[in-house]
Amino acid sequence: MGMTLGEAILARASGRTPVSPGDLVQARVDLVLGNDVTMPLAIEAFRRMGAKQVFDRDRVVLVCDHFAPAPTVQAAAQLKLMRQFAQEQELTNYYEVGSGLAGVEHALLPEEGLILPGTLVVGADSHTITYGAFGAFGCGFGSSDVAAAMALGEVWLRVPPTTKLVYRGQIRPWVSAKDLILHTLGRLTSRGAIYQALEFAGPVIEGLSVEGRLTLCNMAVEAGAKVGLVTPDHKVFDYLASRSSASVEPVFGDSEARYLRTVDIQVDDLEPQVALPPSPDRVVPVSRVAGLHIDAVIIGSCTNGRIEDLRSAAQLLEGRHVAQEVRAIIIPATQRIYLQALEEGLVKIFLQAGAAVSVPTCGPCFGGHMGLLTAGERAVSTTNRNFIGRMGDPQSEVYLASPAVAAASAVRGRITLPEEVL
Amino acid sequence: MIVIEGRAWLAGDDLDTDQILHGRYLSVTDPQELAIHCCEDIRPDLRERVEPGDILLAGENLGCGSSREHAVLSLRALGISCIVAKSFARIFFRNCINLGLPALECPAAVAEAEDGDRFRVVLQEGKVINRTKRRSYEAAPIPGFLARILAAGGLENYVRQLLAESGSPQRR
Repeated sequence: MGMTLGEAILARASGRTPVSPGDLVQARVDLVLGNDVTMPLAIEAFRRMGAKQVFDRDRVVLVCDHFAPAPTVQAAAQLKLMRQFAQEQELTNYYEVGSGLAGVEHALLPEEGLILPGTLVVGADSHTITYGAFGAFGCGFGSSDVAAAMALGEVWLRVPPTTKLVYRGQIRPWVSAKDLILHTLGRLTSRGAIYQALEFAGPVIEGLSVEGRLTLCNMAVEAGAKVGLVTPDHKVFDYLASRSSASVEPVFGDSEARYLRTVDIQVDDLEPQVALPPSPDRVVPVSRVAGLHIDAVIIGSCTNGRIEDLRSAAQLLEGRHVAQEVRAIIIPATQRIYLQALEEGLVKIFLQAGAAVSVPTCGPCFGGHMGLLTAGERAVSTTNRNFIGRMGDPQSEVYLASPAVAAASAVRGRITLPEEVL
Repeated sequence: MIVIEGRAWLAGDDLDTDQILHGRYLSVTDPQELAIHCCEDIRPDLRERVEPGDILLAGENLGCGSSREHAVLSLRALGISCIVAKSFARIFFRNCINLGLPALECPAAVAEAEDGDRFRVVLQEGKVINRTKRRSYEAAPIPGFLARILAAGGLENYVRQLLAESGSPQRR
């Protein structure tokens, strides 16, 4: 019987073949991940479960990225807890901002060669879904589930049905993976893929870079999806070749796989998109709201904080200046990306344009620190959520867009299309 | 037999985890402290009005957004003893069960309720009764395996029993 990519990965992880949508499976976990917001609760639960040792010290990854560097004493205590647990358990993969090649978890793990096609990645963070870009079943869970996974090396899952999205046509200039996923969210809505696997396919997707695919899959969760997958190809294998010495054993779907439904998406007429507050699925072309005044721009996050994103922003900012009434904060997602941005002259472009360049951190994305909004303020951000109060005051607004749109808007002080600035 | 009795507090569709517990409080792990900030921007009245046994009734896609367990912890510490929604976001649903907070899908019960209605929930039977409106509803059953986690009082207890019986697995 044919299985989709998602089903095939769970079949392998659970040792059951075939599996069908609706099946409850007990699956072996290849990687467990948590951050400084979710891991402290998981560590407490781990201890209360009576667990003494994690199931595999090479497969439990701790990343301090949310409240890192610590903006409060309380946050510093959480980071200390993380450090102590990592030491006690002799974890191979512990990362903390300010301590080596660290950064935002979902930008860091692919970079570190830790995400392999065909594997099951259980993360205490909803954007664990990002790893579907590598054909890995990356799935978000709460701290208790992650504690159990650390102790047992297993997790139960209900096999999701798959909706296939096929993208065809020619992408126009300045339309990026971010615009593709925003458009898709607008069409599916925030409830359109609840409990489902989304499979992104078609020549347009094959044409995306690895980083573009990471951006795309990152926001699949905003449609309610359990996992967002791209079939791995030579681009992914080449990316991994220089970053991981592990043997890659990818899993693929069958040609006879059955899908819940298939949606065709034509991209020829697609313009740059923006998600209006207060939901990631309130998506319109940027042209619909162009001219709206803004106070802040954030470029970064696990959605759009990678080197290609920074290059895109730099194209708009080079030789120009951030508008006087705007504060722009640019956040390379990892130390490596920051270093590369420095070497390519991008950091200089940003600084000369008057933007602030921050340490790698999740910071403002979730309303934590490093540039929040007060009542009445409006930001254009390359992050992934814009719920009420997401970046600060409940009476602030966040418009989600691509790095190019964010940078163009920073220059004009209003929501702006990239081609208007060049 | 578990019977939950209390008043219902209503929330709309797409109540996201940022609304339930804002990101600025995510360094806090103490449930009592989290309860103070539960839904503080949209329903600041809940802090004064919720009593143990009370029920949260919500629309579609409850708990969408982040995986933060802090959201469920804050509701539970506030006194919410059961959640009934038209539909749930998947991580939030799992978190409720894992933290021993019964979560039932029952669109009809939510559609016909008003703030303050007195409810009785008979958990094992999936019966949701609006005593004020004198209406009775059947919730979608919680899968047997999840019901066992709930019956154990949550995933921590469930796994603790598991580990006590079988011992920790070998390291790979």
